[in-house]
Amino acid sequence: MTLVVAEGATDADSYSQLALLTIFVLSVFLGFEVIAKVSAILHTPLMSGANAIHGIILVGAILVTATAEEALPLALGTAAIVLSAINLVGGFVVTDRMLEMFKGKSGSESNERAES
Amino acid sequence: MIATPLWVHLANLVAAVLFILTLKGLSHPRTARRGVMLGALGALIATVVVFFNVPGWPGEIPVRNLSLILVALAAGSVIGLVAARRVEMTQMPQMVALFNGVGGGAAALVSVIEYLESATENKAALAATVFTVIVGSVSFSGSIVTFLKLQELITTRPLILPGGKYLTMLVAAAGLVGGVWLVIAPQTWLLVALLVLSLIFGVLFVLPVGGADVPIVISLLNAFTGLSVAAGGYVLGNVLLIVAGTLVGASGTLLTRLMAEAMGRPLTNTLFGAFNASSSSAVGGGSDRPVRSGTPNDVAIMLGYANKVILVPGYGLAVAQAQSTLRELADLLTEKGIDVDYAIHPVAGRMPGHMNVLLAEANVPYEQLKEMDEINPEFSDADVALVVGANDVVNPAAETDPNAPIYGMPILDVNSARQVVFLKRSMRPGFAGIENELLFEPKTTLLFGDAKDSLTKVVTSVKEV
Repeated sequence: MTLVVAEGATDADSYSQLALLTIFVLSVFLGFEVIAKVSAILHTPLMSGANAIHGIILVGAILVTATAEEALPLALGTAAIVLSAINLVGGFVVTDRMLEMFKGKSGSESNERAES
Repeated sequence: MIATPLWVHLANLVAAVLFILTLKGLSHPRTARRGVMLGALGALIATVVVFFNVPGWPGEIPVRNLSLILVALAAGSVIGLVAARRVEMTQMPQMVALFNGVGGGAAALVSVIEYLESATENKAALAATVFTVIVGSVSFSGSIVTFLKLQELITTRPLILPGGKYLTMLVAAAGLVGGVWLVIAPQTWLLVALLVLSLIFGVLFVLPVGGADVPIVISLLNAFTGLSVAAGGYVLGNVLLIVAGTLVGASGTLLTRLMAEAMGRPLTNTLFGAFNASSSSAVGGGSDRPVRSGTPNDVAIMLGYANKVILVPGYGLAVAQAQSTLRELADLLTEKGIDVDYAIHPVAGRMPGHMNVLLAEANVPYEQLKEMDEINPEFSDADVALVVGANDVVNPAAETDPNAPIYGMPILDVNSARQVVFLKRSMRPGFAGIENELLFEPKTTLLFGDAKDSLTKVVTSVKEV
């Protein structure tokens, strides 16, 4: 993402753009750090969980649809809401189902062991 | 930006923290489920709060828009819920691919709408729009192709169009030029062209990837969608989207690398290997060379008189829904005092960790599941290696044939066991579409048939031994 401040931008604009860039860069490091020690058996659930999280673009879809005035943006926005809700809800549910499999009868016990 | 109430900002901050805790939780078996719950809670908070984020807050949203939003929200949630609940565990990887694809598509759409509505001249916002549209669309069409491959609706082998390499480069170059041009001189038709080019690129990008490598591509596209969501957040000036999208983008990139390492190959080889390798080693059908096939009774005798047996489960086991039967066999052998272990290849099944999920579904005790590095030295002590519905993960071509699409992938050292038994449906090659030399070894016995059927017969015979 490039940081280009538009002509005629105020200090406040460039400040908020800098803030967004800062948040972006810090999040990159956080993203690397937070899963650095994942065990191999959790690769698939982790991928699926991360997949669910980006479904939060739903928030963006709702924002643009709420203020849409013409038919085309409204239609596209509605489609975006449907798609992102599928991503968000389906993603979390399918991840939970995967992890449910690890429980079983001696589940909590074996999970402790896997961790140690 | 019109001022947003402070509490809305704070609620979004809470949601962002919950997402961080989700990923943190998911990297540990004990905290994984709690992590998912926290993530769902974060998503719920963010979705409720967003209505107060709209300039002029909820009262000002036109009734027409509000009702459309709520209907779409309900429809999407129901579709997602039903799909996620109904999908078979064996088909879960393609479900994840689809969810990822629609997310990327949504991100691209959001940016297109924002472009149409705001008609911004801000170059940074335009650049972010271009990025979201390109990456989101690539993720959308690419994920659809991975879905088709995993569902085996199209061939799982690398598919190389004539001149595909140049076509791909041409489309990529056109997309880049179009993107830069759009930032300099915003025009709607250009945005549409960019969208179409990106969709085509996504297809061209994934087609040449061989079946066994598809999971890595899903993970990569997952990271792509994350980044496009982050860029979309920048366009909208929404901090939560930036944080959530970037987290997924960064962790997804790392995860992709971890997976590629588990396969023992650099990522570039996975993605572009098909362009360079000769495809001569990929064979279509079965071969006429002689193999030794046995009866369930032969296999039962081999197993019954062994001291150490290593079971190698593959995707074929799960397709036949034979996990419980395999467990029954393992229990039976253990009762006879035979040492039984499961050898789990990192990409057994369709995705890293997939086989662990499938076996856990059948209540196979955790401690019997051994990872590849741990089990490989033990094969030389094993009397019998029983391979059930696996092929590529035990194929020595990965070590010996530089032209094989799976060359370089570490394999389970089944070859070192004294005897090898394959339970197979047919002589058809595995997911990667290459023949397995191990099948023609003198110490190898093949038992043809449906895995569940064969296993049931073997169990019956073992009881009689």
